[in-house]
Amino acid sequence: MDTSSVENGMITRSDLPLRVINSSPEAVAKAKKRARLSFRQIRTENIFNKTLILMGLIMVILVVGIFLTLVVQSLPSIKALGPKYLWGKVWDPVQDIYGAWPFLLGTLLSSFLALIISIPFSISVAIFLGEYHPAGWLPNLLKNAVELIAAVPSVIFGFWGLAVLVPIVRTFESHIGVAPVGVGIFSSSLILAIMIIPYAASLGRSMINLVPSHLKEAAYGLGATRWEVIRSVVLPYTKSGLFAGILLSLGRALGETMAVTMVIGNTSLIPKNIFAPGNTMASVIANEFTEADKPVYLSALIELGLVLFLVTVVINMIGKKIIDRFTND
Amino acid sequence: MKMNLSNFKGALAVLALFASTTLVSCGSGGNAGGSDSTSTDEAIIGAGSSFDNPLFSKQFSEYNKTNGLKINYQSVGSGAGIAQLTAKTVDFGASDAPMNGKQDTAAGAPVVHIPITAGAVVLSYNLPEVKDTLMLTPGVLADIFLGKITKWDDKAIAAINKGVKLPSTTIVIAHRSDGSGTSNIFTTYLAKVSDEWNTKVGHGSSVNWPAGLGGKGNEGVAGLIKQTPGAIGYIELAYAIQNNMPYAKMQNKAGNFITPSIASVTAAANIQIPADTKVSLTNTDAADGYPISGFSWVIIYKDQKYGDRSQDRATKLVKLISWMIHDGQQYSSALNYAPLSPAAVSAGDAVLKSVTYDGKPILQ
Repeated sequence: MDTSSVENGMITRSDLPLRVINSSPEAVAKAKKRARLSFRQIRTENIFNKTLILMGLIMVILVVGIFLTLVVQSLPSIKALGPKYLWGKVWDPVQDIYGAWPFLLGTLLSSFLALIISIPFSISVAIFLGEYHPAGWLPNLLKNAVELIAAVPSVIFGFWGLAVLVPIVRTFESHIGVAPVGVGIFSSSLILAIMIIPYAASLGRSMINLVPSHLKEAAYGLGATRWEVIRSVVLPYTKSGLFAGILLSLGRALGETMAVTMVIGNTSLIPKNIFAPGNTMASVIANEFTEADKPVYLSALIELGLVLFLVTVVINMIGKKIIDRFTND
Repeated sequence: MKMNLSNFKGALAVLALFASTTLVSCGSGGNAGGSDSTSTDEAIIGAGSSFDNPLFSKQFSEYNKTNGLKINYQSVGSGAGIAQLTAKTVDFGASDAPMNGKQDTAAGAPVVHIPITAGAVVLSYNLPEVKDTLMLTPGVLADIFLGKITKWDDKAIAAINKGVKLPSTTIVIAHRSDGSGTSNIFTTYLAKVSDEWNTKVGHGSSVNWPAGLGGKGNEGVAGLIKQTPGAIGYIELAYAIQNNMPYAKMQNKAGNFITPSIASVTAAANIQIPADTKVSLTNTDAADGYPISGFSWVIIYKDQKYGDRSQDRATKLVKLISWMIHDGQQYSSALNYAPLSPAAVSAGDAVLKSVTYDGKPILQ
């Protein structure tokens, strides 16, 4: 292992020469030891660097691989149905007519509705925990409760939604005069809203914690109230972070399957209003994949996955653009 | 930059090495697993219908006690069971619907169907005001599911249920959202009794429902029915019995209103059964048979010599299935499955006798 040697006052180890100034045996031994240590440090550094690159590459390969698999597996359906798959309004496995529009609409409608419902809550929680009351028993309780929501399996949200939320929504629906079925896009949006609050709230809280205190102190020094500090210092400083949190929660809402399936009503009809039953792409795949008995049917379901993948990518790209613009201001 | 590039190349090389070793190990692992599952390992492997699963679990554990044969059944759904048989990763499949033309082509070689049990699909409803058992005719049922009858006090429903005070609640239809054999039996029945249903919707394990809400699995549909006042939906008979849900009497082809029960399902299956046993029991001719019922089949390749299967394994499989349709039937009723009718057992026997190994019949 130890290939270093002393030649002409130099400690050499393959291509790395180290000049030895004091060539007394003790000093050389000391220098050799130090050299060995640095060789080892360099080697560790290189291995670590390579490991990181390897891990990064595996992630990239996985994403590309998933995308390619989806494309290849949807080819039969793309060939048979063409682009009208995207805006076709009928999903009829019996006659091999597949249109993804009702599910695309259901996915976007339920996710964005959930986002709109959740934003006031998540931003309030973030400001409360990040700025108003960073410590104390109530903030701690709130923080843990919010984190717990993120850890609860979605099937539990589904059960709770079906057992508790749906009857309440049904009563509400009968009061406002729409068909009182309870399950539907509105119920699933409510469930989704609760499920996605932690994502935006936690990220928002840590962003608010990062606001430099001298900025806030300066504002207080100028006579600003707490609300004014939040509005004019904290929020402008953290808006890209808050938006990133909201984007993260939207991604979660788009892909959520189990809880949505249980409360959305699962119908292939195009929803007439937000209280009507509908269906999402993820829930159709989960429902129909096991019994898809025809090649085109199976392929159409996989193409649904591809569309969902692309929708997520597009929404993320738009989000990145918006974050960039925010940060450039 | 140059340093980075060489690092990158190194990483690529490591990655390539990693990838190739995993691929190789996967390949050999897969091969070993494959040969295990079909020849060297003793256990018989089956996959398919989740409807059959409780019955199979009981039958296989009893068979294991007497014959020491291990049977491993994966309850993955009928379609997946057929796909796994076609891929030759299992010894037998189980399906609530006979294989269709495309699936037959995909199988590559003749596959035989052996009826293994029968089940019924019942119409359950949520009408707290109605104490008597609701009665339905095929025409009214089809009109309800087509979305043409929307109120419970509709004249058509009232005409069948004379003396029953029906509420004016809106009818909420609940159907399965997942592809299932239950949906297949139900839609096959509707397609037989209603021309409009046949042309507009058709039949299959997933269809384009003209109206209503979807629930995942029997429990999903049952949940929708229990929760929603005025709901009607279809679920398996066994599930309805176990959960004490009310279910309607259906008028059959002979004009009798039949309460779904194990006996009336067995009666429905006591009809002339074709040689390939691929018959739908829906809208049965039997006068005392419940009209919305169907067989569940075990499916195997007609010639058992494929891949590296041994004759021993093939014989064990055929003997097992033969036991299931004879002695194994005694466990049906306790689990709310309808025992096979005599006609179905003799048809199954004939099919099993036709199963061969390398062209020679397995059962003598």
